[in-house]
Amino acid sequence: MILGIKDLTLRFGGLTAVNHVSFTIEQGSIKSLIGPNGAGKTSLFNCITGFYRAQEGEALFRGDSVMRLKPHRITEMGMARTFQNLRLFKNLTVMENVMSGMHCRTSAGLAGAVLRPPAQRAEEKRIRDVAEECMDFVGILDAKNRIAKNLSYGDQRRVELARALATKPQLLLLDEPGAGLNYDEKVQLIELIRRIRDEKGITVFLIEHDMGLVMEVSEKIFVLDYGTKIAEGTAREVQNNPKVIEAYLGKEEEAAV
Amino acid sequence: MSDKQINLQIAATQVTAIQKKIQSVIDKLFDLLENKKIRYSIYAVSMAALFYLPQKTSMYVTEIMTNVWFHVVVCLGLNIIVGFAGLLSLGYAAFFAVGAYTSGIMILRYGISFWLTLPVSVLMAVIAGLAIGVPTLRLRSDYLAIVTLGFGEMVRLAARNMAITGRATGLVGIDRPAFFGITMNKIAHFYYAFLIMAVLATIISSRLQNSRLGRAWRYIREDEDAAEAMGINTVAVRLYAFIIGSVFGAIAGSFMAIKMTAISPDSFTFTQSVMILLAVVLGGMGKIPGVILGAFITVVFPEISRGIGQYRMLIFGVVLMVLMIYRPQGLWPEREL
Repeated sequence: MILGIKDLTLRFGGLTAVNHVSFTIEQGSIKSLIGPNGAGKTSLFNCITGFYRAQEGEALFRGDSVMRLKPHRITEMGMARTFQNLRLFKNLTVMENVMSGMHCRTSAGLAGAVLRPPAQRAEEKRIRDVAEECMDFVGILDAKNRIAKNLSYGDQRRVELARALATKPQLLLLDEPGAGLNYDEKVQLIELIRRIRDEKGITVFLIEHDMGLVMEVSEKIFVLDYGTKIAEGTAREVQNNPKVIEAYLGKEEEAAV
Repeated sequence: MSDKQINLQIAATQVTAIQKKIQSVIDKLFDLLENKKIRYSIYAVSMAALFYLPQKTSMYVTEIMTNVWFHVVVCLGLNIIVGFAGLLSLGYAAFFAVGAYTSGIMILRYGISFWLTLPVSVLMAVIAGLAIGVPTLRLRSDYLAIVTLGFGEMVRLAARNMAITGRATGLVGIDRPAFFGITMNKIAHFYYAFLIMAVLATIISSRLQNSRLGRAWRYIREDEDAAEAMGINTVAVRLYAFIIGSVFGAIAGSFMAIKMTAISPDSFTFTQSVMILLAVVLGGMGKIPGVILGAFITVVFPEISRGIGQYRMLIFGVVLMVLMIYRPQGLWPEREL
């Protein structure tokens, strides 16, 4: 078990966005979180990665609690994330974007910057090497000196993945990685997610709207509706679960009215 | 289409053609500067010229150039906060007030050597940087600007009302220090002191810009949440920007105190802060050569246009407005990527 969530509850005033959710993610698995719009998927992600403070419950990452930690500390522990609506550093080059991931794995400070001792120069080279390796892995090495915002949407998604990989995570949280991609790009994304797990040994946990993509890529799925977990299992099990069908399509009686 | 419209269109295409040509010339110049030999020879020649300058020119020119170097230091300091880290600050004069008053008080009231006051000045700058940085950790852009503006005014008003800072009269008769037996009492001495500081500030700025810390500043400037998600301690990175920017200002302020031998609260007004910010924006936020150019223009323009008399600031203002409308990224050009 790499991530264990127990009874996690997040409230915004009177609204309960995440309601006593519990689940675990096994080391080396690819797991998906699905649910209708506003089900609380991204809120759950934000709780796990430290952007929101959950009022109740516990989140254990490799045995350590991440409940009261700031996002940068959680990333440092080995949990990286991407954002639903692409949060690249738009006006910086692709290289600089990906280099940001190595920040928490390096240490040069003020003195290093000003005096440039050999250790700092070696570290800078290491940052560039790792960044290039990550860009190569997702296939955007050719674009390394371009400004991020000038890239196609699909390539920007890859930059975000490369940037997350550069933090050297054990667990990668992807918030709708397929949003806005065309069919070919989605096929490539599925392959890329598999390679991230198989070649790099990184556990993947993703939120996705595209059912085709979810069914294709994930081994286990769990479904959230109105902040509550309503189902969990393999793609087939979830697909045939009446509660899930209800959540997505509505009840038959309701449809009739 | 009428003839007039056609003529306008032709004119417009000509303008874009000219712009393209200018950009290609700029790109070529940048390529030329990539060559280390050429770059370092340019540095060496200009440094030699600048060191030779006081020997050849009048005291008036030396005085103005000294002022230029002082502004280069403070503008580069503010550039770290505003340009590198993207934290809009309207109270920068407070930071060099801290430096100037620290040195002034220690020299005047306690007879301590100027050189020993410098480390204290740096320490006070760190405290001042934290004092403005910590309470504003959650603020951005306009809100931050308002708080920094308030901070600047608070420092000035405190100096105006405290006995130790000499109230409204300020500190008068600050002794000038000796440097290896030479008392710094000629304008040329200060010219060299400020030139050396400007060179150091430039080197430190450029090294910071191309470092892990410099990149972290760019990340928080672009998107603070994304930076945090990438494992960057945004709180620490922000405070570093305020502290380092503040230290630049305080050291310049300390030297200003001994150059002027008298300082008063009126030397650190809101207008001062605005003029420094203006130089940074005019030259190009975050671009070191641009900031130096901006500092040069804001000091030299009012001087060379003295002949116009009262209207010079009006003209300066209009020129600035036109510039900001047509070139919001500042004067210094950039290579196209």
